[in-house]
Amino acid sequence: MSSTENIAIKFEKVNFSDEGLHILKNITGSFPEGKITTLVGPSGAGKSTLFKLCNGLKSPDSGDIYVLNQHIKNYNPIELRRTVGIALQSATMIKGNVYDNLNLPLDLQNQELSEDRGKELLKLVGLPEDYLYRNTKDLSGGQRQKLSIARTLVNQPEILLLDEITSSLDRVSQEDIEKLIKRINETYRTTIIWITHNLKQALDVGQYTWVMMEGQVIETGPSDILNHPQNEDVQRFVKGEAE
Amino acid sequence: MNYLTLSLTLIFVVIPLILSKTLKLGMEKDTIIAAVRSIIQLLAVGYVLQFVFESESMIYILLMIILMITAATHNAQRKGASIKGIIWKLVATFVFIEALTQGILLGLNITPATAQYIIPISGMVIGNSMVLSILFLNRFTGELNNQEEQTELILSLGGTPKQAVYRQLITSIKASTIPTIESQKTIGLVQLPGMMSGQIIAGADPVQAVMFQLLILFLLLTTAVVTSILLGYLSYPTLFNDRMQFLDNHLENDN
Ligand SMILES: Nc1ncnc2c1ncn2[C@@H]1O[C@H](COP(=O)(O)OP(=O)(O)OP(=O)(O)O)[C@@H](O)[C@H]1O
Ligand SMILES: [Mg+2]
Repeated sequence: MSSTENIAIKFEKVNFSDEGLHILKNITGSFPEGKITTLVGPSGAGKSTLFKLCNGLKSPDSGDIYVLNQHIKNYNPIELRRTVGIALQSATMIKGNVYDNLNLPLDLQNQELSEDRGKELLKLVGLPEDYLYRNTKDLSGGQRQKLSIARTLVNQPEILLLDEITSSLDRVSQEDIEKLIKRINETYRTTIIWITHNLKQALDVGQYTWVMMEGQVIETGPSDILNHPQNEDVQRFVKGEAE
Repeated sequence: MNYLTLSLTLIFVVIPLILSKTLKLGMEKDTIIAAVRSIIQLLAVGYVLQFVFESESMIYILLMIILMITAATHNAQRKGASIKGIIWKLVATFVFIEALTQGILLGLNITPATAQYIIPISGMVIGNSMVLSILFLNRFTGELNNQEEQTELILSLGGTPKQAVYRQLITSIKASTIPTIESQKTIGLVQLPGMMSGQIIAGADPVQAVMFQLLILFLLLTTAVVTSILLGYLSYPTLFNDRMQFLDNHLENDN
């Protein structure tokens, strides 16, 4: 990326291990501010783990991470997690109905989400408004993913991390979410980092991309690099995913 | 009762032994160990108590209580699923509950400040607190393991550590104290409580025995609720570091 662009999140020689397993190896690179970057790579590459480092759910063993030009250690953890919102891969719901889940981020701050705002959020992610008081047990996997995005938006994060949020969605819903992501990015200038297995999605929606494998960043650059990767492993990965 | 009649009660140990042998239940060894241990432990306690009662010294009473708390701590952390650094939290819980209950009993002159009252009541309070601790810890670590994703979700949305484990904490407090409350609802209908039975057999007036039993029951209500809440609030912060990250390796759930 060119030097005139601002950087939302920067990694410098970041290492992370868990239970003796070296999961992230010497990660260096940055995510441009106000852009959509996709993060692709095979299962177990460490993508979800990298996200957890970005919003402080985990801390690196060594190396530095900067969020909006501030060292991550200088943030209060709660402030960091509201600035860098994450829709987790598991799309976990708390017990209760859709409203309880949408209200959760505000409830944690002793505030309350209005019914109108709740319906607005449902509409935004493409869920029917009358789902507001439906029990989350009765939602499909794809509907939970949509709800999970809506819930993450409640904190109005400046940086949005989306982990495999379209994996359980049909083609039409996937396209809806793709449009939604573009719209959020254009409307609020929100920096979006998106983990996806779908390389077509990465090319269509993402402006930049990171390719990770076995805990390392292999290639970064404009999404176009996915069309002609330099690295042999990436070439094989791209071919495999495209099939 | 004398030692001759006591030795006749061994018949009640021999019956299960014979049954176990003939039906090949394989419980002979454990039965014998259990019988021998109860004989040695209870007789030892009896002689120690006799000595403490006769000496009428507060120091010995205090030593007995310290001994009880040590044993209860050892047992609770060995038997229960655990959380890193739980030992001192158990000690603090037992010391607090003992001080609270004796403080009220002695402070309001409900019971006299003699070894005869302090020691058995302390034994019951600490013993029950120990059982409650084990119940609570098993449930709490189980909840935390099952709901780890929920903990992570709440943290990721900017919740505090307390908010992140609040549901699990409340569920575990409730689940561990409900048996105490429920069992008191039917007490006396199904079986007479052990302490009351013992007193009546030893010749006490049944109404007096009932009044003491009620005192104990009410004490145990406080013990149950205070133990779970205190242990819960003391132990959950250990599960997080100062960056408000959940440390799942601090859960030592080996059962
Ligand atoms: N809590 C954990 N404890 C130990 N190891 C873990 C833990 N979570 C993940 N790992 C390991 O870390 C590595 C990276 O996992 P991660 O979930 O980040 O991969 P990923 O790229 O997101 O994969 P996927 O595409 O399947 O979601 C894997 O080898 C995984 O086994
Ligand atoms: Mg993942």
